[in-house]
Amino acid sequence: MKYIKFFLVGILFGIVMSKAEIISWYRIYEMFKFQSFHMYGIIGSAVLLGMVSMFLFKTKVIKTFEGKDIHIKPKKKGMYRNLLGGILFGLGWALAGACPGPMYVLIGKGVVSILVVVFGATLGAFLYGLSKDKIPH
Amino acid sequence: MDFITQPWAWYVAGPIISIIMFLLYYFGERFGVSSNLETFCSIGGAGKFIDYFKIDWKENTWNLIFVAGAITGGFIASNWLSPSNVVLLNPQTVKDLADIGIENAGATYLPDAIFSIEAMLTLKGFFILLIAGILVGFGARWAGGCTSGHAIVGLSNLELPSLISVIGFFIGGLIMTWLILPLIF
Repeated sequence: MKYIKFFLVGILFGIVMSKAEIISWYRIYEMFKFQSFHMYGIIGSAVLLGMVSMFLFKTKVIKTFEGKDIHIKPKKKGMYRNLLGGILFGLGWALAGACPGPMYVLIGKGVVSILVVVFGATLGAFLYGLSKDKIPH
Repeated sequence: MDFITQPWAWYVAGPIISIIMFLLYYFGERFGVSSNLETFCSIGGAGKFIDYFKIDWKENTWNLIFVAGAITGGFIASNWLSPSNVVLLNPQTVKDLADIGIENAGATYLPDAIFSIEAMLTLKGFFILLIAGILVGFGARWAGGCTSGHAIVGLSNLELPSLISVIGFFIGGLIMTWLILPLIF
Protein backbone atom coordinates (compact mmCIF):
# COMPACT_ATOMS: atom_id res chain seq x y z
CA MET A 1 0.00 0.00 0.00
CA LYS A 2 2.95 2.35 0.56
CA TYR A 3 3.30 2.55 -3.22
CA ILE A 4 -0.19 3.74 -4.02
CA LYS A 5 0.77 7.40 -3.52
CA PHE A 6 3.44 7.08 -6.21
CA PHE A 7 0.86 5.54 -8.53
CA LEU A 8 -1.50 8.47 -7.94
CA VAL A 9 1.25 11.06 -8.47
CA GLY A 10 2.18 9.18 -11.64
CA ILE A 11 -1.42 9.40 -12.86
CA LEU A 12 -1.39 13.16 -12.27
CA PHE A 13 1.90 13.35 -14.19
CA GLY A 14 0.44 11.38 -17.10
CA ILE A 15 -2.66 13.57 -17.22
CA VAL A 16 -0.78 16.87 -17.11
CA MET A 17 1.72 15.68 -19.75
CA SER A 18 -1.24 14.78 -22.00
CA LYS A 19 -3.52 17.71 -21.31
CA ALA A 20 -0.80 20.34 -21.71
CA GLU A 21 0.26 18.57 -24.95
CA ILE A 22 3.79 18.09 -23.64
CA ILE A 23 3.61 14.58 -25.15
CA SER A 24 3.05 16.10 -28.59
CA TRP A 25 6.05 15.84 -30.90
CA TYR A 26 4.96 19.17 -32.40
CA ARG A 27 5.27 21.03 -29.09
CA ILE A 28 8.92 20.01 -28.85
CA TYR A 29 9.60 20.96 -32.47
CA GLU A 30 7.89 24.31 -31.92
CA MET A 31 10.00 24.90 -28.80
CA PHE A 32 13.27 24.32 -30.63
CA LYS A 33 12.01 26.61 -33.41
CA PHE A 34 11.28 29.33 -30.83
CA GLN A 35 7.78 29.62 -32.29
CA SER A 36 5.78 29.26 -29.12
CA PHE A 37 6.08 30.25 -25.48
CA HIS A 38 4.18 27.15 -24.30
CA MET A 39 7.06 24.84 -23.32
CA TYR A 40 9.20 27.70 -21.99
CA GLY A 41 6.31 28.82 -19.82
CA ILE A 42 5.82 25.29 -18.48
CA ILE A 43 9.47 24.62 -17.66
CA GLY A 44 10.05 28.19 -16.45
CA SER A 45 7.08 28.27 -14.08
CA ALA A 46 7.88 24.76 -12.81
CA VAL A 47 11.45 25.84 -12.05
CA LEU A 48 10.44 29.13 -10.39
CA LEU A 49 8.00 27.36 -8.10
CA GLY A 50 10.53 24.55 -7.69
CA MET A 51 12.96 27.07 -6.22
CA VAL A 52 10.39 27.84 -3.54
CA SER A 53 10.11 24.09 -2.79
CA MET A 54 13.88 23.77 -2.57
CA PHE A 55 14.02 26.71 -0.18
CA LEU A 56 11.37 25.12 2.04
CA PHE A 57 13.29 21.82 1.98
CA LYS A 58 16.64 23.42 2.80
CA THR A 59 15.29 25.52 5.63
CA LYS A 60 13.54 22.37 6.94
CA VAL A 61 10.19 24.12 6.96
CA ILE A 62 8.99 21.13 4.97
CA LYS A 63 10.11 17.62 5.90
CA THR A 64 9.00 14.29 4.50
CA PHE A 65 5.65 12.94 5.63
CA GLU A 66 7.65 10.77 8.04
CA GLY A 67 9.37 13.84 9.53
CA LYS A 68 12.78 13.30 7.93
CA ASP A 69 14.86 16.13 6.47
CA ILE A 70 14.74 16.41 2.70
CA HIS A 71 18.16 16.39 1.02
CA ILE A 72 18.52 16.94 -2.70
CA LYS A 73 21.36 14.75 -3.93
CA PRO A 74 23.77 17.03 -5.83
CA LYS A 75 24.20 16.32 -9.53
CA LYS A 76 27.49 14.81 -10.65
CA LYS A 77 30.00 17.38 -11.84
CA GLY A 78 31.92 17.05 -15.08
CA MET A 79 31.99 19.19 -18.18
CA TYR A 80 32.12 16.30 -20.66
CA ARG A 81 29.43 14.29 -18.94
CA ASN A 82 26.97 17.14 -18.68
CA LEU A 83 27.63 18.86 -21.99
CA LEU A 84 28.17 15.86 -24.28
CA GLY A 85 25.54 13.74 -22.56
CA GLY A 86 23.21 16.71 -22.75
CA ILE A 87 23.83 17.19 -26.47
CA LEU A 88 23.10 13.53 -27.25
CA PHE A 89 19.96 13.73 -25.15
CA GLY A 90 18.87 16.90 -26.95
CA LEU A 91 19.37 15.28 -30.36
CA GLY A 92 17.14 12.39 -29.26
CA TRP A 93 14.58 14.64 -27.57
CA ALA A 94 14.06 16.68 -30.73
CA LEU A 95 13.93 13.58 -32.97
CA ALA A 96 11.57 11.52 -30.80
CA GLY A 97 9.71 14.62 -29.62
CA ALA A 98 9.58 12.94 -26.24
CA CYS A 99 11.82 12.76 -23.22
CA PRO A 100 11.76 9.83 -20.78
CA GLY A 101 8.54 10.88 -18.96
CA PRO A 102 6.28 11.52 -21.95
CA MET A 103 7.42 8.26 -23.58
CA TYR A 104 5.49 6.27 -20.99
CA VAL A 105 2.50 8.58 -21.20
CA LEU A 106 2.38 7.91 -24.95
CA ILE A 107 2.23 4.17 -24.25
CA GLY A 108 -0.92 4.90 -22.24
CA LYS A 109 -2.26 6.89 -25.18
CA GLY A 110 -1.95 3.72 -27.23
CA VAL A 111 0.91 4.76 -29.50
CA VAL A 112 2.45 1.43 -30.48
CA SER A 113 5.52 2.87 -32.21
CA ILE A 114 6.70 4.62 -29.04
CA LEU A 115 7.60 1.16 -27.73
CA VAL A 116 10.50 1.17 -30.20
CA VAL A 117 11.67 4.47 -28.68
CA VAL A 118 11.38 3.12 -25.13
CA PHE A 119 13.27 -0.01 -26.17
CA GLY A 120 15.91 2.21 -27.78
CA ALA A 121 16.19 4.35 -24.65
CA THR A 122 16.68 1.25 -22.49
CA LEU A 123 19.28 0.02 -24.96
CA GLY A 124 20.91 3.46 -24.79
CA ALA A 125 21.14 3.27 -21.00
CA PHE A 126 22.63 -0.22 -21.35
CA LEU A 127 25.18 0.99 -23.90
CA TYR A 128 26.12 3.80 -21.52
CA GLY A 129 26.73 1.29 -18.73
CA LEU A 130 28.79 -0.79 -21.14
CA SER A 131 30.99 2.08 -22.30
CA LYS A 132 31.07 4.41 -19.29
CA ASP A 133 34.69 3.65 -18.40
CA LYS A 134 35.83 4.46 -21.93
CA ILE A 135 34.12 7.85 -22.40
CA PRO A 136 35.08 11.15 -20.77
CA HIS A 137 33.21 12.51 -17.81
CA MET B 1 -15.78 20.16 -17.27
CA ASP B 2 -14.71 22.54 -20.04
CA PHE B 3 -11.78 23.52 -17.91
CA ILE B 4 -10.58 19.90 -17.86
CA THR B 5 -11.30 18.94 -21.46
CA GLN B 6 -9.68 21.94 -23.09
CA PRO B 7 -5.90 21.86 -23.56
CA TRP B 8 -4.21 23.09 -20.40
CA ALA B 9 -2.26 26.33 -20.52
CA TRP B 10 1.39 26.56 -19.51
CA TYR B 11 0.52 28.37 -16.29
CA VAL B 12 -1.59 25.39 -15.25
CA ALA B 13 0.86 22.69 -16.31
CA GLY B 14 4.07 24.23 -14.94
CA PRO B 15 2.77 24.61 -11.37
CA ILE B 16 1.30 21.08 -11.43
CA ILE B 17 4.67 19.66 -12.48
CA SER B 18 6.23 21.58 -9.62
CA ILE B 19 3.66 20.11 -7.22
CA ILE B 20 4.50 16.62 -8.54
CA MET B 21 8.17 17.24 -7.76
CA PHE B 22 7.24 18.55 -4.32
CA LEU B 23 5.11 15.50 -3.55
CA LEU B 24 7.81 13.02 -4.60
CA TYR B 25 10.29 14.64 -2.20
CA TYR B 26 7.63 14.93 0.48
CA PHE B 27 7.08 11.19 0.10
CA GLY B 28 10.81 10.67 0.72
CA GLU B 29 11.90 10.01 -2.86
CA ARG B 30 12.96 12.20 -5.79
CA PHE B 31 11.88 13.37 -9.25
CA GLY B 32 13.91 11.68 -11.99
CA VAL B 33 12.33 9.62 -14.73
CA SER B 34 15.30 8.51 -16.83
CA SER B 35 16.88 6.47 -14.02
CA ASN B 36 14.13 3.92 -14.62
CA LEU B 37 15.94 2.98 -17.83
CA GLU B 38 18.84 1.72 -15.72
CA THR B 39 16.42 -0.11 -13.46
CA PHE B 40 15.02 -1.91 -16.52
CA CYS B 41 18.57 -2.98 -17.41
CA SER B 42 19.14 -4.25 -13.87
CA ILE B 43 15.86 -6.17 -13.86
CA GLY B 44 16.82 -7.64 -17.23
CA GLY B 45 19.99 -9.05 -15.70
CA ALA B 46 22.57 -6.57 -17.04
CA GLY B 47 24.22 -6.61 -13.60
CA LYS B 48 25.53 -10.11 -14.29
CA PHE B 49 28.21 -8.79 -16.59
CA ILE B 50 28.28 -5.02 -16.01
CA ASP B 51 28.89 -3.87 -12.43
CA TYR B 52 27.19 -0.52 -13.14
CA PHE B 53 23.83 -2.31 -13.23
CA LYS B 54 24.51 -4.38 -10.13
CA ILE B 55 22.07 -2.52 -7.93
CA ASP B 56 19.24 -3.53 -5.67
CA TRP B 57 16.58 -2.44 -8.13
CA LYS B 58 13.81 -3.08 -5.63
CA GLU B 59 14.79 0.24 -4.01
CA ASN B 60 13.52 1.90 -7.18
CA THR B 61 10.16 0.14 -7.13
CA TRP B 62 8.44 3.41 -6.22
CA ASN B 63 9.73 4.95 -9.47
CA LEU B 64 8.48 2.00 -11.54
CA ILE B 65 5.09 2.46 -9.87
CA PHE B 66 5.28 6.16 -10.80
CA VAL B 67 5.86 5.10 -14.43
CA ALA B 68 2.89 2.74 -14.23
CA GLY B 69 0.86 5.71 -13.01
CA ALA B 70 2.14 7.86 -15.89
CA ILE B 71 1.01 5.22 -18.39
CA THR B 72 -2.37 5.03 -16.67
CA GLY B 73 -2.65 8.84 -16.62
CA GLY B 74 -1.95 8.92 -20.36
CA PHE B 75 -4.68 6.36 -20.91
CA ILE B 76 -7.18 8.27 -18.76
CA ALA B 77 -6.40 11.62 -20.38
CA SER B 78 -6.60 10.39 -23.96
CA ASN B 79 -9.74 8.29 -23.45
CA TRP B 80 -11.85 10.42 -21.17
CA LEU B 81 -10.44 13.92 -20.85
CA SER B 82 -9.51 14.89 -24.40
CA PRO B 83 -12.38 15.22 -26.87
CA SER B 84 -9.99 16.59 -29.49
CA ASN B 85 -6.59 15.44 -30.67
CA VAL B 86 -5.84 18.70 -32.46
CA VAL B 87 -2.76 20.63 -31.35
CA LEU B 88 -3.10 24.32 -32.19
CA LEU B 89 0.28 25.31 -33.55
CA ASN B 90 1.78 28.55 -34.72
CA PRO B 91 0.88 28.75 -38.46
CA GLN B 92 4.55 29.33 -39.16
CA THR B 93 5.36 25.99 -37.49
CA VAL B 94 2.78 24.23 -39.68
CA LYS B 95 4.29 25.82 -42.78
CA ASP B 96 7.87 25.01 -41.74
CA LEU B 97 6.91 21.38 -41.20
CA ALA B 98 5.13 21.16 -44.57
CA ASP B 99 8.34 22.49 -46.14
CA ILE B 100 10.36 19.61 -44.71
CA GLY B 101 7.80 16.98 -45.67
CA ILE B 102 5.63 16.67 -42.58
CA GLU B 103 2.05 17.44 -43.66
CA ASN B 104 -1.01 18.31 -41.57
CA ALA B 105 1.03 19.32 -38.54
CA GLY B 106 -1.11 19.55 -35.44
CA ALA B 107 -4.03 17.49 -36.80
CA THR B 108 -3.10 14.93 -34.13
CA TYR B 109 -0.55 14.85 -31.30
CA LEU B 110 2.09 13.06 -33.36
CA PRO B 111 3.27 13.16 -37.00
CA ASP B 112 2.36 10.03 -38.98
CA ALA B 113 5.66 10.36 -40.84
CA ILE B 114 7.40 9.18 -37.65
CA PHE B 115 4.84 7.41 -35.48
CA SER B 116 2.36 5.63 -37.77
CA ILE B 117 2.53 1.83 -37.82
CA GLU B 118 3.35 2.04 -41.54
CA ALA B 119 6.35 4.26 -40.83
CA MET B 120 7.49 2.02 -37.97
CA LEU B 121 7.44 -1.02 -40.24
CA THR B 122 9.84 0.49 -42.76
CA LEU B 123 13.57 0.04 -42.18
CA LYS B 124 14.16 3.80 -42.17
CA GLY B 125 11.22 4.53 -39.90
CA PHE B 126 12.20 1.82 -37.45
CA PHE B 127 15.75 3.12 -37.21
CA ILE B 128 14.57 6.71 -36.70
CA LEU B 129 12.57 5.59 -33.65
CA LEU B 130 15.31 3.30 -32.38
CA ILE B 131 18.13 5.83 -32.78
CA ALA B 132 16.03 8.59 -31.19
CA GLY B 133 15.53 6.30 -28.21
CA ILE B 134 19.19 5.33 -27.98
CA LEU B 135 20.24 9.00 -28.03
CA VAL B 136 17.76 9.84 -25.27
CA GLY B 137 18.75 6.89 -23.09
CA PHE B 138 22.51 7.13 -23.58
CA GLY B 139 22.53 10.92 -23.30
CA ALA B 140 20.34 11.04 -20.19
CA ARG B 141 22.47 8.54 -18.31
CA TRP B 142 25.75 10.11 -19.43
CA ALA B 143 24.50 13.54 -18.33
CA GLY B 144 23.05 12.02 -15.17
CA GLY B 145 19.50 13.20 -15.73
CA CYS B 146 16.85 14.22 -18.21
CA THR B 147 14.24 16.97 -18.32
CA SER B 148 12.90 16.06 -14.88
CA GLY B 149 16.17 15.55 -13.00
CA HIS B 150 18.19 18.31 -14.68
CA ALA B 151 15.81 20.90 -16.15
CA ILE B 152 13.23 20.87 -13.34
CA VAL B 153 14.99 19.64 -10.18
CA GLY B 154 18.56 20.69 -10.99
CA LEU B 155 17.70 24.19 -12.18
CA SER B 156 15.34 24.68 -9.22
CA ASN B 157 18.24 23.73 -6.96
CA LEU B 158 20.60 26.11 -8.83
CA GLU B 159 22.98 23.31 -9.82
CA LEU B 160 25.70 24.22 -12.29
CA PRO B 161 25.92 20.67 -13.73
CA SER B 162 22.22 20.90 -14.56
CA LEU B 163 22.61 24.28 -16.24
CA ILE B 164 25.40 22.83 -18.40
CA SER B 165 23.24 19.80 -19.20
CA VAL B 166 20.24 21.92 -20.16
CA ILE B 167 22.48 24.03 -22.41
CA GLY B 168 23.57 20.70 -23.93
CA PHE B 169 19.90 19.64 -24.38
CA PHE B 170 19.36 22.83 -26.36
CA ILE B 171 22.50 22.53 -28.47
CA GLY B 172 21.45 18.98 -29.41
CA GLY B 173 17.81 19.93 -29.91
CA LEU B 174 18.64 22.91 -32.11
CA ILE B 175 21.04 20.86 -34.25
CA MET B 176 18.38 18.18 -34.74
CA THR B 177 15.50 20.57 -35.41
CA TRP B 178 17.27 23.07 -37.66
CA LEU B 179 19.92 20.97 -39.41
CA ILE B 180 19.10 17.24 -39.31
CA LEU B 181 15.29 16.97 -39.42
CA PRO B 182 15.08 18.81 -42.79
CA LEU B 183 17.34 16.11 -44.27
CA ILE B 184 15.40 13.11 -42.96
CA PHE B 185 11.95 13.39 -44.55
